[in-house]
Amino acid sequence: MSQPLIGKPIDRVEGPEKVTGAALYTGDHTFEGLLHAVVVTSTIANGRILSIDDAAAREAPGVVEVMTQRNAPRVNAGKQTPNNSILFLLQNDRVEFDGQPVAVVIASTLEEAMHAARLVRVEYQPLLPQMDFDAAERYVPEEMFGGPAASRRGDPQAAFVAAPARVEQTYRTPTEHHNPIETHATIAQWDGDRLTLHDSSQWAFGVQRRMASVFGVEPEQIRVIVPFVGGAFGSKGQPWSHVALAAMAAKLVGRPVKLIVTRPQMFAWIGHRPQTEQRITLGAERDGRLTSMTHDVLNEASISDEFIEGCGLFSRDLYAVENFAMSHALPRLNISKPTYQRAPGDSTGSFAMESAMDELAYELGMDPIELRLRNDAQRNPDNGKPYSSKHLRECYLRGAERFGWSRRNAKPRSMRDGRMLVGMGMATGSRETFRGEAKARIRMNAEGGVVVQCGTIEHGCGSPTVFAQLAAEILELPFERVRFEFGDTNLPEAPLAAGSQTSGSVGSVVVEAAQQLRAKLAEVGGRVPAGGIVLDVTSTPPEDEEYATQTFGAHFAEVAVDPDLCEVRVTRFRGAFDCGRILNAKTARSQLLGGIVWGISMALFEKTRYDVRTARIMNANLADYLVPTNADIPAVDIIFIEEDDPHVNPAGVKGIGEIGITGSGAAVANAVFHATGVRVRDLPITVEKLLD
Amino acid sequence: MNPFAYAKAASPSSALTEFSNERSARYIAGGTTILDLMKIAVEAPPLLIDINALPLASIEVTGDAIRIGALARLRDVAENEIVRSRLPFVAIALEQSASPQLRNMATIGGNLLQRTRCPYFRDIATPCNKRAPGSGCGALDGENRREAALGTSEHCIATHPSDLAVTLAALDATVHVTGLGGNREIALHDFYRVPGDTPQVETSLEPGELIVAVSLPLLSYGARSTYVKVRDRAQYDFALASAAVALDLDGSTIREARVALGGIATIPWRSPGAEGALRGAPATRASFERAAEAALVDARGRGGNDYKIPLAKRTLVRALEIAAV
Repeated sequence: MSQPLIGKPIDRVEGPEKVTGAALYTGDHTFEGLLHAVVVTSTIANGRILSIDDAAAREAPGVVEVMTQRNAPRVNAGKQTPNNSILFLLQNDRVEFDGQPVAVVIASTLEEAMHAARLVRVEYQPLLPQMDFDAAERYVPEEMFGGPAASRRGDPQAAFVAAPARVEQTYRTPTEHHNPIETHATIAQWDGDRLTLHDSSQWAFGVQRRMASVFGVEPEQIRVIVPFVGGAFGSKGQPWSHVALAAMAAKLVGRPVKLIVTRPQMFAWIGHRPQTEQRITLGAERDGRLTSMTHDVLNEASISDEFIEGCGLFSRDLYAVENFAMSHALPRLNISKPTYQRAPGDSTGSFAMESAMDELAYELGMDPIELRLRNDAQRNPDNGKPYSSKHLRECYLRGAERFGWSRRNAKPRSMRDGRMLVGMGMATGSRETFRGEAKARIRMNAEGGVVVQCGTIEHGCGSPTVFAQLAAEILELPFERVRFEFGDTNLPEAPLAAGSQTSGSVGSVVVEAAQQLRAKLAEVGGRVPAGGIVLDVTSTPPEDEEYATQTFGAHFAEVAVDPDLCEVRVTRFRGAFDCGRILNAKTARSQLLGGIVWGISMALFEKTRYDVRTARIMNANLADYLVPTNADIPAVDIIFIEEDDPHVNPAGVKGIGEIGITGSGAAVANAVFHATGVRVRDLPITVEKLLD
Repeated sequence: MNPFAYAKAASPSSALTEFSNERSARYIAGGTTILDLMKIAVEAPPLLIDINALPLASIEVTGDAIRIGALARLRDVAENEIVRSRLPFVAIALEQSASPQLRNMATIGGNLLQRTRCPYFRDIATPCNKRAPGSGCGALDGENRREAALGTSEHCIATHPSDLAVTLAALDATVHVTGLGGNREIALHDFYRVPGDTPQVETSLEPGELIVAVSLPLLSYGARSTYVKVRDRAQYDFALASAAVALDLDGSTIREARVALGGIATIPWRSPGAEGALRGAPATRASFERAAEAALVDARGRGGNDYKIPLAKRTLVRALEIAAV
């Protein structure tokens, strides 16, 4: 092999299709006899449906059917678990949140369906919604993500009381909605008792299994095809109500049905990041060594779910502190079900913990990098396992050098650029590396071309490119000779594309498949039989991991704050990251960039604004729910501390999709404090919080 | 969106004829507001009368004013050399409005008739006296971070969203209209109506009346003008507070001043109080702060928007500081 493919910044194979508009997303597909469905949603957040008058809608042009609780097929809406909520499938008259589906209009064209949806009249018996975070009933989970939801090591209370330096603060993050560019969409087609779904999803197999349960059929009777996905970020990790509603509508009318979720509806029954309230205490010796840490988390939940924003895990696994405790509890509100959003727990948890660490640095009069270096853990502080690799120290030092941290005068309000107050802030990023079982089929034809098939999906991260790179390198083939096929339950099973685990999970099976093919080729003396070579391979993570596997990073933000008008603008951002082996420098940089942009967005812009009297969302559109524009994002400089990690998984990668959003918000918030002397512990940092 | 008919008018008179046949019709020019409102069912006109073919896009100097055709696009006005040199705050306000894509489509006439971003006005499932008279005001005690604190009433606190109109208020521009009753001119201070107990009435336009042009006086000291807009993000956002000012300086003494505020009032808010405080005063921060106090003396917040009052003061002080340099 003349030059290694792995790490090369190869353009995405589907790039030309995407930028020319040729790439087909779920909603772009059409079929003979296809009908269009539009969901009608509740306008109360708690109560019962008394009656639905659909007469005018039924008479409107083009309308084929109106599906309500009266005529909806009876299905299994499911039970609540942390990963699956009850779906809202028109099975009863109960309303739990504003925006809950209450009817589906099915018409010949989208326009006709949209018009008729406006004509459906619903009469409710409303009850007062619960929106009081403090007063709401709290659900206290015992478990989260396979471990305890509350844990303790040592005696953090006693250590806190004894500590010469202490921080004790509460931090808040608001409800945030994912808003990928492509809104959710489903096309359902029945052929007898067999169902084909085109769906915008992070996990074709998850949709398959859930829909099998909803319709009482075997998973094999359902095929799920996931074309290109225009962003997901956790919002497409599980099938929401509309997936089943599309299939129910298709069953009811006996024709294929397309259902595209509208942008305002992205704030309705599609999940969101829950608001959190995080109480943190830190105790330290005067030399900066942490002696006590606690992280107690409340996150909003809906009336019928138990999704936990596991903020405490960020703190549990990061610094070398002997005495630690965390807890999680969920106030139940009349809202739609929260769900995973990019780096769930770690993005929100890092804002709180890394803000608190900055406060401790000021309390100690110590440089915040020095404080973190003094508490750098050599082993995972909770389970004592050695890290498969860890280069956080290099991230701090090289990031600081690149950023020019030494120019920082630590005193708040001490640095200026003309009229503007200048602030520099830093924070640690960290995210556990996950891995799931993945299967793949690798086929080499007689001409030597290779196809790797795996039912994972492509949601903008570059999977078809990087997996072809991996296989081509091992097989010593030109990149162009390897094609990666994805997005179909008829292909070998892949795990959920979430938790930054796809490169490590699917990457491992691609590596093993390519290695087995290489061995097979050697066996046959390099002569591929006429029928080609086909191998089915499964890559399973070990039952008991010997190592702690984590990605790390250090974020450095510079902000300029107008001292009178209090507008905050991020002027520079630098980050250094330890993510294991980098498969493609270009797509890797894009992943980090996207995460950092979102961290800036969390810090300064995003908030879903409820009218707390009615529990109705009042900014359910992209003009009023603010995300950054290009003008809000400076040039972002990203460096990777590359390393060989022989322990983490066969692909040698630690995951890259979420580390960028962990810590980046805190770095901005810390920079705002440095600039202004005002510590905002309640995101987003908007003008009114900085006016004195 | 409801089904609707569409007619293309060739002249102002044919537009008016179309209107006289369907008095619930709406005119459409750039469409950046009306289509938005139709999609969310706030507007449901049975007929859209397309006025884009009307010859109303010219920009010309007539005597001591610049007359801007109603169909001139925001971008064209922002790039006009006379506007830029003689009334720079108009160009600044336009450049800070919306996004480049919207500025390429949106027209000057349409911008004057832009509807509020109040979330209750824009959500038909909520009460709003402006949209559904008598239904109540959801914003008074609701999510009111972006609502107005000047020119409000117990029936409505919706903020006027236009940046351009704030500078036009400072200039006291003249709006030229044509209607079934003939042509007339309306001074800007008579054009906008505070909500009072009829928040659904936003302007003094009669039904069917069409804006044909706006005349901006070429103020002798208009070159010393600026517009300062504070917003949550750097682009594509509405003002939390804004100020349009022009100063006539005699050395370091203020001879005359024009002051208008945006983002904090139910209409583009000219402030005679601030202008009076500045007249004859030295161009110092102390004078600017007194003017800011005078401008906001009647402001009343409703909780979520309380911050706008100090913010608007600081915004006005900043604008005056910039203009005085």
